[in-house]
Amino acid sequence: MAAPTTERPASTSETRELAPAHRGNRAGPALLTVLTWILGIGFFFPILWMVLSAFKKETDAYTSPPTLFFTPTLEQFQTVFSSGIGPYLLNSLFATVMSTVFVLLFAVPAAYAVSLRPVKKTQDVLFFFISTKMLPVVAAIVPIYVVVNNIGMLDNIWTLVVLYTAMNLPIAVWMMRSFFQEVPKELLEAASMDGASLWRSMREVVLPVVSPGIAATSLICVIFAWNEFFFAVNLTAATAATVPVFLVGFITSEGLYFAKLCAAATMCALPVVIAGWIAQNKLVQGLSFGAVK
Amino acid sequence: MAPPPSRSPDRPHRRLRRIARSGPLALLAGLAVTLSGCAGAGALGGGGEGQQTITIAIVSNPQMKDAIELSPQFEAANPDIRLKFVSLSENEARAKITASVATNSSEFDAVMISNYETPQWAANGWLTDLDPLMAQTPGYDENDFIPAVRGALSGPDGHMYAVPFYGESSFLMYRKDLFEQAGIVMPAQPTWQDVAAAARKLHDPANGMSGICLRGKPGWGEVMAPFDTVANTFGARWFDPQWNAQLTSPEFKAAANFYVDLVRDYGTPGAATSGFSECGTQFSQGNAAMWYDATVAAGIVENPEESRVSGKVGYAPAPVVEKQDAGWLYTWSLAIPKTSEEKGTSAAAWRFLSWMTSKEYGPMVGRQLGWEHVPPGARQSTYQIPEYVEASKAYAKPTLDAIEAADQKKPTVQPVPYTGIQFLAIPEFQDLGTRVSQQLSAAVAGQQTADEALEQAQVYAETVGQSYQREGQ
Amino acid sequence: MTTTVERPAEIVPRQPASAGREGWVRRAPLLPALIFTIIVTQLPFMFTIYYSLQSWNLVRPGGPQFVGLDNYVKVFTDSAFRGVAVNTVVLTAGAVLISMVLGLAFALLLDRQFRGRGFVRTLLITPFLITPVAAALLWKTVLFDPTYGLINFVLSPFGVGQTDWISTFPLTSVMVALIWQWTPFMMLLTLAGLQSQPHDVLEAARVDGAGSFAIFREVTLPHLRRFIELGIVLGAIYLVNTFDAIYMMTQGGPGTASANLPFYIYQRAFLGFDVGQSAAMGVVVVIATIIVSTFALRLIFRSFQTEEG
Repeated sequence: MAAPTTERPASTSETRELAPAHRGNRAGPALLTVLTWILGIGFFFPILWMVLSAFKKETDAYTSPPTLFFTPTLEQFQTVFSSGIGPYLLNSLFATVMSTVFVLLFAVPAAYAVSLRPVKKTQDVLFFFISTKMLPVVAAIVPIYVVVNNIGMLDNIWTLVVLYTAMNLPIAVWMMRSFFQEVPKELLEAASMDGASLWRSMREVVLPVVSPGIAATSLICVIFAWNEFFFAVNLTAATAATVPVFLVGFITSEGLYFAKLCAAATMCALPVVIAGWIAQNKLVQGLSFGAVK
Repeated sequence: MAPPPSRSPDRPHRRLRRIARSGPLALLAGLAVTLSGCAGAGALGGGGEGQQTITIAIVSNPQMKDAIELSPQFEAANPDIRLKFVSLSENEARAKITASVATNSSEFDAVMISNYETPQWAANGWLTDLDPLMAQTPGYDENDFIPAVRGALSGPDGHMYAVPFYGESSFLMYRKDLFEQAGIVMPAQPTWQDVAAAARKLHDPANGMSGICLRGKPGWGEVMAPFDTVANTFGARWFDPQWNAQLTSPEFKAAANFYVDLVRDYGTPGAATSGFSECGTQFSQGNAAMWYDATVAAGIVENPEESRVSGKVGYAPAPVVEKQDAGWLYTWSLAIPKTSEEKGTSAAAWRFLSWMTSKEYGPMVGRQLGWEHVPPGARQSTYQIPEYVEASKAYAKPTLDAIEAADQKKPTVQPVPYTGIQFLAIPEFQDLGTRVSQQLSAAVAGQQTADEALEQAQVYAETVGQSYQREGQ
Repeated sequence: MTTTVERPAEIVPRQPASAGREGWVRRAPLLPALIFTIIVTQLPFMFTIYYSLQSWNLVRPGGPQFVGLDNYVKVFTDSAFRGVAVNTVVLTAGAVLISMVLGLAFALLLDRQFRGRGFVRTLLITPFLITPVAAALLWKTVLFDPTYGLINFVLSPFGVGQTDWISTFPLTSVMVALIWQWTPFMMLLTLAGLQSQPHDVLEAARVDGAGSFAIFREVTLPHLRRFIELGIVLGAIYLVNTFDAIYMMTQGGPGTASANLPFYIYQRAFLGFDVGQSAAMGVVVVIATIIVSTFALRLIFRSFQTEEG
């Protein structure tokens, strides 16, 4: 019972934003707006509180009732930096960027193959990709540990790059596929009739349609890779550990002190939060494409 | 398109800043280049020529943090060695170190392990024999180690395979002021019945005072440690000499019911998730009248900067019922995995180990960080340092007495096929102890009765026992 | 990777001979991704099956020994394993469904014109971006702490004293943290669905005099169906593997009250070092997952078929 109305997904969102959404009774919308604001702030409040607490002195953080007004201090962030978050940030950055690059290198051609020039059994291949995501990684952690150890790659950042690439590849193929399906096939065929090189038709016909998809896919991959903890905690030790591992180690050695902990957690989450804020429109677009197509 | 990032050999961060100015896309590409440049081998940063980097996995307890803080002094004195610490919580450290050593990975050049692992791993041939190294080190004086601790770190051949950083037993801490107010006298050797009676009298939840703080957090190093000493002194045992599991025996049931009832009736709020640190906070913030735990806890309790009860606390030996000398024996110590010998880092690793466990380390910590920071319970000479004796006069002697009295070769009333007091020195115990601790913790939380917990625990123990029975045939 | 093009693949079945050559050229761009995925994700599971038939404890001297199905027998007689399996289902289903309902509600609220709409949306999506380890820590300490936590402070006028949420309601506490993180994801998906609604159909319904609720039920909800299905499947895929939140908040306790299968298997593997048994548990979970996911995938792929067919 699919609705016969899915030709133009999310791209219509821009026009919808301009159109008046609902006309009707007067007090209702205002109330709803207030409610939305309250919910939004309430949902965000724990994060706000975390960031505020990060600027507190320990004595201000450990109070009941909670302290709202205080003199901000950078003391906690200094503690975080002096306990050596630097290498961890670099490791996370490296694993995130490299795995995302590899994911795109694999996923874009694959998505191109399954969508623009589909052969039979495309469904099966997609099914296979997405089904690998469903297998619990924990079931494979021991073999992975043993193999990685045998090839001498424990505590090596490239191990994480490979695993994160595999982890994000299925979802990337899937998302990219729906963007490739937006490419007007007639144009592509016309271009090849003209004798245009594959490269040129790629650049002039495919890329404009697909590039927002690449952005959206990258963002999703970055979020999941940066935040990954399970592989990182089990397969790294001193040299390749990432920020989430730092966070866990930091709280065990420093104790459960609110302000310090909040500062460390803020540092850990900040890069991806900012990236997500900047690119949130891409995220909506990317997800909706994946859904509809 | 922005220009490609420059290839100048300047420091990464300066390079990054320059890239940042040339646009976000170049930034991403530049980062990848920069990072692959310095992370190519899987290591960010690294030492110079002729230097050896020693990676040490340690448990992030306060005393170990002190050692990390002081380690630059070691590096200054040994410019050819660079130290890298992997500091993890107890559970993680254990998981990581065991996995690493058991699979012959060479991630760590030195590891922090306890008297649980040392004899087993020595027997498996996973650790370097430290006797020759100690003999070559002038002034190291291994005979200064407390004999009970030294024995606990020896392999089947009597050689030491790990050197103690600190040692501990368990004892009962109690609030002298509250006992006095209530007119209770703590006997020189209390029984658990005495403790229960005192807890009943002093328990006053309306005024934020609990009778006793005991661990209830799952984990064989958490709730199992104090509980096992209770079980031992109640006359219970895990296995009979034929490896038949005994967790549903009357003695074991009596011990478990006693412990669970005591915690549920007179324990602190949230006892089922309380471990050593949580209890330390409760007791030192003045929320509990008694605390039965590790002797190192005295350092927390008597620290005037963090504790509200320093100077008000008395120390009694571990309470008993049937078996005397009920305290446990535990030591965090440092060992060198066999793989370091192959890697050629064992000599450098030993130089650091012998620094961290030397006779001079204690006084150095005392002078630089304060005398209550001195790692206790490893060396006898620690207890002859006048400043330390003065700083720890409330608890130094009870600590030393408790450690010396602990005998992990004979932990129970009835004969058993295993050694170890608050653990069983068998490889399966990490798993078995954790599973049983989960059951017990659920009983402390009130989700099941102590008897129900033991029924399930018995099943786990039977599986382990059967594997030994098969082996024996 | 070019050499692999010639290799006959098992995944893609035989084609008529004439179409073969052309088909392979078309498939070539797909192969690197396919081969990489097979090597990295499928090979370890082969090892898992092999290990599950061995008695191998890392901390016991001596290597693996073949024991047949012994490990599986132990898995099925372990009552904790069954309890943990139930926890997994409850946690996953609860978190997915509740965050979907909340996400849908938020999306409906956001699908209107009002001041600061973009800003509120930014606030609402942020929990999804927060590192799960940090989020779990935030819930455990800043919100759920019995003495200093915000929840007890907010509820204190209602006579909730120093409730120790995490040990009294361990599974629910973990679920709340997960719902908080995943509601934004569901909201984004359903919001995308709402915004892709054809305006003319809505307008036509309104002209026909249909009430808001009727429009929602008759027009909007059917349109959103695919988005909701997708959200449920994706959410389930990620949430069934939840590890970080349990690891940080409860360590599976008290007892095994809040352990799910990934966490329990992790404990068997990295605490018990019982490779054989943890592998057997892994295989059991994989089989169960395949059964469940086949149904789930049918669900979303059916929508594909109707579209492409």
